[in-house]
Amino acid sequence: MSDAYVIGVDMIKFGRFPDRTVPELGAEAALMALDDAGLTINDIQALWCGNLYQASGMVGQRILQLIGQTGIPVVNCANACATGATAFRDAWISVKAGLYDCVMAVGVEQMGRGLLGGGEPEKGISTEGLLGSNTMPAVFATAGMEHSRKYGTTFEQFAKISVKNHHHSTMNPKAMYQIETPLETVMNAEMIAYPNTKLMCSVNVDGSAAAIIVSEKKAKEMGMRRAVRVKASILSSDPYTELGSAMPDINQCTRLAVKNAYEMAGVGPDDIDLVELHDCFATAELLHYENLGLCGEGEAGRMIDAGESALGGRVPVNCSGGLLSKGHPLGATGIANIYEVSTHLRGEAGKRQVEGARLGLTHVIGLGSACAIHILEKVN
Amino acid sequence: MTQDKTMRKPLPVVDFLKLPDVGDPYLEGSKCQNCGAVFPGARKTCAGCGTRNHMETIRLSNRGKLYSYSIVHRSFPGVPVPYISAVVALEGGCALKGCLIDTAPDPAKVAFDMPVKVVFQDARGQKDKDGNSYVSYFFSPEHTKEESR
Repeated sequence: MSDAYVIGVDMIKFGRFPDRTVPELGAEAALMALDDAGLTINDIQALWCGNLYQASGMVGQRILQLIGQTGIPVVNCANACATGATAFRDAWISVKAGLYDCVMAVGVEQMGRGLLGGGEPEKGISTEGLLGSNTMPAVFATAGMEHSRKYGTTFEQFAKISVKNHHHSTMNPKAMYQIETPLETVMNAEMIAYPNTKLMCSVNVDGSAAAIIVSEKKAKEMGMRRAVRVKASILSSDPYTELGSAMPDINQCTRLAVKNAYEMAGVGPDDIDLVELHDCFATAELLHYENLGLCGEGEAGRMIDAGESALGGRVPVNCSGGLLSKGHPLGATGIANIYEVSTHLRGEAGKRQVEGARLGLTHVIGLGSACAIHILEKVN
Repeated sequence: MTQDKTMRKPLPVVDFLKLPDVGDPYLEGSKCQNCGAVFPGARKTCAGCGTRNHMETIRLSNRGKLYSYSIVHRSFPGVPVPYISAVVALEGGCALKGCLIDTAPDPAKVAFDMPVKVVFQDARGQKDKDGNSYVSYFFSPEHTKEESR
């Protein structure tokens, strides 16, 4: 099987756009990705659209109604916070299968403000605050405290994740925020769910991102100069864990996915030059250092203390600012990660460029759970 | 007990909380006869090994240990905060999430692996739209309330 390549990829600057529609936001990113590739909608043979909150709303078709109704097959997909990455992966599968030479994946989301999780009960009464908490900050805080339990990880170490990612975002004009956020500011922010303060929670923003995936044949026709090779694309669901009835798994499904991803790519964690991982909360990023094999078991606290995951460090993580500062429009996030890593591999990341980046990894977790991992490689 | 016919029996907050007519409330679980995995509530197929129709209905233990937690300071409107959202590993298997009560919502006062018991109380006055009241389960430290105050 020949390789598939990202030939065009882009994202809009994340923000809050209450006056725009979801298809409008998706269409903007789709056109930007087409421009990046030097293609038109007439070149696209199939479209995968990732969107969560309007999953029954035929968003992909409504995007084409705005940019060109060419009659191509459209698949709308939803997979929690792995939605965008799942759309990208299924588009990639169609090219790997030899069915198409040029397809597009769009991820788009319009978010409200406030807490995610909970929701109205189907019957009876709300169990929020009775059977613990189902809010996302509390769920991921509990996952972080499991690491504290094992290794004594501190509130301050978790907070440092947020300091780092906010610093990175000052160099990313497409991030929601570009604000330096010192440790004391992070730690003294409103406590949402200990140990996650408000500045350790991802930002609810609207956003969209799109990628065009082509076959090797098509990539060679178009020229490989800015092409990015997809070395691995893996999706996993949460395997059974003893704690699964109380704690949705984010660790084992990541470990399962990354093992398969490294195997598919024929590389190991030491070969990876940069990572965009799912820092939906500061607590989560720290766990994934170990889950992705970026450090040894129990070393994640040391890794953040030593600055190894900061730009200029051993393996920079979330150079974009991450979900914590770039923002987290659920359905767009997975493709925005592909944009960030591709931009570094193309050497076009400006002030936040990871020098000499050849191999990058993207990771998302949709709680419930779905983990998607992509390993991307510089071609030239 | 009252003879008033308008007084309805409280309902369980989740299906696996059982309120027998005689005896104490308890939590019901199921245990796979093949791999030993324990789940809250009744089920026919094991999520651990996929074995079908070999699940034994059991009573879950009323004792366990605190595995992990978060102290929730911001929740949905109307939910009193702060509170401790706790994950407890019950003796004999099964992990449950619930509120740890009778404990100060302060990380210095919460210890991993602290022994807790499952207690059953009114669901803090919450009623459904038909006016039914509910019984919920909570976790409380094994030592007495007086000691923790």
